[in-house]
Amino acid sequence: MYDFKSLTDSIHTSLSAGLSPIMVTIIEFVIIAFAFMILFTLLGLILVYAERKICAFFQLRLGPMRVGKWGMAQTAADAVKLIFKEPLVTKNADKFLFNLAPFIIILSTFLALGAMPFAKGLHALDFDIGVLYLTAVSSIGVIGILIAGWSSDNKYSLIGAMRSGAQVVSYELSVGLSLLTVVVLAGSLQFSEIIASQEAGWWIFRGHIPALIAFVIFMIAGTAETTRGPFDLPEAESELTAGFHTEYSGLKFAFFFLAEFVNMFIIAGIGATVFLGGWMPFHIGNWEGFNRVMDFIPPLFWFFGKVTFLIFLMMWFKWTFPRLRIDQLLRLEWKYLLPINLVNILVMAFIVLKGWQF
Amino acid sequence: MKAIIKYISSIFKALKSLFRGMAVTGHYISHPKEIITQQYPENRETLKMFDMFRGEVVLTHNERNEHRCTGCSACEVACPNGSIEIISKRIEMPDGKKKKVIDKFVYHLSMCTFCNLCILSCPTDAIKMSQDFEHAVFDRSQLTKVLNKTGSKLMEGVR
Amino acid sequence: MAETHINTISGKPLESQEYLINMGPQHPSTHGVLRLLLTLDGEIIHKVEPHLGYIHRSIEKMCEKDSYTQIVHLTDRMDYLSSHMNNEAVSLAVEQGLELEMPERVKVIRTIISELTRLSSHQLWWGVFGMDLGAITTFLYGFRDREMIIDIFEETCGARLTMNYNVPGGLMFDIHPNFQKRTKAFVAHFKQKLPEYDQLLTGNVIFELRTKGVGILSKEDAISYGVTGPSGRASGFSNDVRKHNPYSAYSQVEFKEALSEEGDSYARYKVRIQEMWESLSIIEQLIDNIPEGDYKAKTKAVIKLPKGEYYQKVETARGEFGVYIISEGGKSPYRLKFRSPGFSNLSALDHMAKGAKIGDLVVIMSTLDLVIPDIDR
Ligand code: SF4
Ligand code: SF4
Repeated sequence: MYDFKSLTDSIHTSLSAGLSPIMVTIIEFVIIAFAFMILFTLLGLILVYAERKICAFFQLRLGPMRVGKWGMAQTAADAVKLIFKEPLVTKNADKFLFNLAPFIIILSTFLALGAMPFAKGLHALDFDIGVLYLTAVSSIGVIGILIAGWSSDNKYSLIGAMRSGAQVVSYELSVGLSLLTVVVLAGSLQFSEIIASQEAGWWIFRGHIPALIAFVIFMIAGTAETTRGPFDLPEAESELTAGFHTEYSGLKFAFFFLAEFVNMFIIAGIGATVFLGGWMPFHIGNWEGFNRVMDFIPPLFWFFGKVTFLIFLMMWFKWTFPRLRIDQLLRLEWKYLLPINLVNILVMAFIVLKGWQF
Repeated sequence: MKAIIKYISSIFKALKSLFRGMAVTGHYISHPKEIITQQYPENRETLKMFDMFRGEVVLTHNERNEHRCTGCSACEVACPNGSIEIISKRIEMPDGKKKKVIDKFVYHLSMCTFCNLCILSCPTDAIKMSQDFEHAVFDRSQLTKVLNKTGSKLMEGVR
Repeated sequence: MAETHINTISGKPLESQEYLINMGPQHPSTHGVLRLLLTLDGEIIHKVEPHLGYIHRSIEKMCEKDSYTQIVHLTDRMDYLSSHMNNEAVSLAVEQGLELEMPERVKVIRTIISELTRLSSHQLWWGVFGMDLGAITTFLYGFRDREMIIDIFEETCGARLTMNYNVPGGLMFDIHPNFQKRTKAFVAHFKQKLPEYDQLLTGNVIFELRTKGVGILSKEDAISYGVTGPSGRASGFSNDVRKHNPYSAYSQVEFKEALSEEGDSYARYKVRIQEMWESLSIIEQLIDNIPEGDYKAKTKAVIKLPKGEYYQKVETARGEFGVYIISEGGKSPYRLKFRSPGFSNLSALDHMAKGAKIGDLVVIMSTLDLVIPDIDR
């Protein structure tokens, strides 16, 4: 298996050869920042295109077909259009907060993206409390949403913002708890160690039914945290026109829009890492030959394959189900997901205590 | 205890109903043959409207540039929106008699509701509905059309 | 004490915590240019005031100068989803005044096309209802099936939506030779697809949560507000004009009036689905038995109604549609009044939506199946 650590190490040593350590750190920061910016834009463009195509195929349509072959350049064209659009601000809006909101959302997405383990050694931030860090920073975004709704001077935006506040704060609990279920299994909060512990098989298979339940809860709560359908209440277009970003246009709207898609990627990425082994190939116990064959597929492919699968699943949800109502949404969290989760974690702890996991 | 069983069974019922829904959309995404989108304008060649389709009113001319409109104004009266204006003139016939013929058959496509009443009212079947549906123009004045071609005459024998 | 804020439109002071919000005239789920002034407390609706006039075209006044043949095509533009039934109502009213008996063929064809129109309207409603709930995919599925019906119309009468196929005294043309074949193909196709509608929405747990117990309208209220059509029948108000005052060929066919007792949004949904099955069965009973004969009775070129008053009601996809003509003996009516189902149905909205959430309002509005040009003529 190729270890990206050798690549990063060689960059580091060649830089250190001629420069002071501070300069090296700064240059490395800049390189990483650029890499993530490029990744962010690429992810946004690709995911928006994928969403439009997949949605179209669910709906018996063809989706974008005009710009480029099979409409491939459509999202790029849309991005150009959004850049050149006039950024309108409502008359009585709080200008400072109004302009600040998109950046907070983008910031939280970047912070979360940084902790994503893409492949062996290709991992910008590997904290020993990685899981906690991710759940913490991914919920900064809700502040941006609240600010956006508050400062827009639009009642629809305000309702959307308040809805999303209630929603994201509640579902945060379930996301965290379902991740903890696996942390109990893996015995670590560090992403690299969680992945390493799945060498012999992914936790979703090895963790009995509790892991499966945790996965289902994670997918539901994760979808809710990204405020995508069927939990897209903050922007419920048939109720609130566009919810919290009603008043945004041009590039600032694009930020919200991209952040939603990259958030989807992040949720799918966490799900893939924690439950499906991240970049770890599909291994079965001690079947040496089989495991060897699986190792031939590079880890990047494994990671992005799993993420693609989870993203597809989330799109499938969105394009099939009707939207919940706000009180039902909260009832689902507090009366179903949370109690089940708590019991689930206990059962898991018991299993681990007895050493029953495979 | 009963409450707990009910609680758990309600969860499973809910999940089952969700999977049923996903089966439908899943069926369609895995059967690309069901896609209903037509690629217009690429399919312009094959895209045919039905013969009855009411696209716009046209005055039929034969190959000798003759039409069948006698200028009786029945269509003008029948039209509920005033989309048709018949402007007639008197010309002198070779035998010295004066005869009324149409000067201009003005048709306002922008006001037409495609109700077909003018076609039904015409005693000589001079006008009919064409199947043309691409009416978009850049200027509204282009929607006011003169239907009789320049130099066209009344067909022999039509009165 | 804080200053009291006055609702500028009703003139009444707002309670503390209340705020106003305009839903429409440009809003994704008012489906047209309906403007609702909502008085809200957080998400909870205290009052809904519909404001009309954004698409008023004074159709009734225009009718006073038009001939009876011309009036028919104006009714297309009211409830455009049941244009054929609207046309039929005017035609029947005029025929009633002329004391014309229609040939059997005309009656049967009118009935078949009415039912096809009802189906297409319900299909569109189903799709849009799903969309209002956030399940956008249903919209395309509904439209796919509707397209087949629209094609049938286009082949027979030349227009897809504003058909103007009825004329006082019969039909504008005879049916197309392909009509029966196409209709049968559609019925066979739709019988397979209708269970899919159920699979996608009816049993879905989220859908049931969103609709059950939402926007309850009791039978008494349905009657006092004059809520007709499927919305009224869902409250147990038996009001099907096709059953109680059969016109055209409805007396010859067997069908059940879809009724329900609950009166909530789910009941209204179920009633419409049930109506689609009934419409299919009506079409099946008639499609093979279209009698031979004329497609038109003999009428004078200029129709003049004898002095008097005439009323004719039909069942459109939204409820009871009535045409009331006062004639002075001339070639256009002295006064003409339409009783449109949407207007009465809308009037019950405030009653139904009180205490509901914003999300519920969308559901209630959708299950009332409002078509704005029908409300605002
Ligand atoms: S189709 Fe109707 S509206 Fe159009 S010109 Fe003929 S009569 Fe007038
Ligand atoms: S088109 Fe027909 S109805 Fe109209 S003026 Fe000519 S002959 Fe008369």
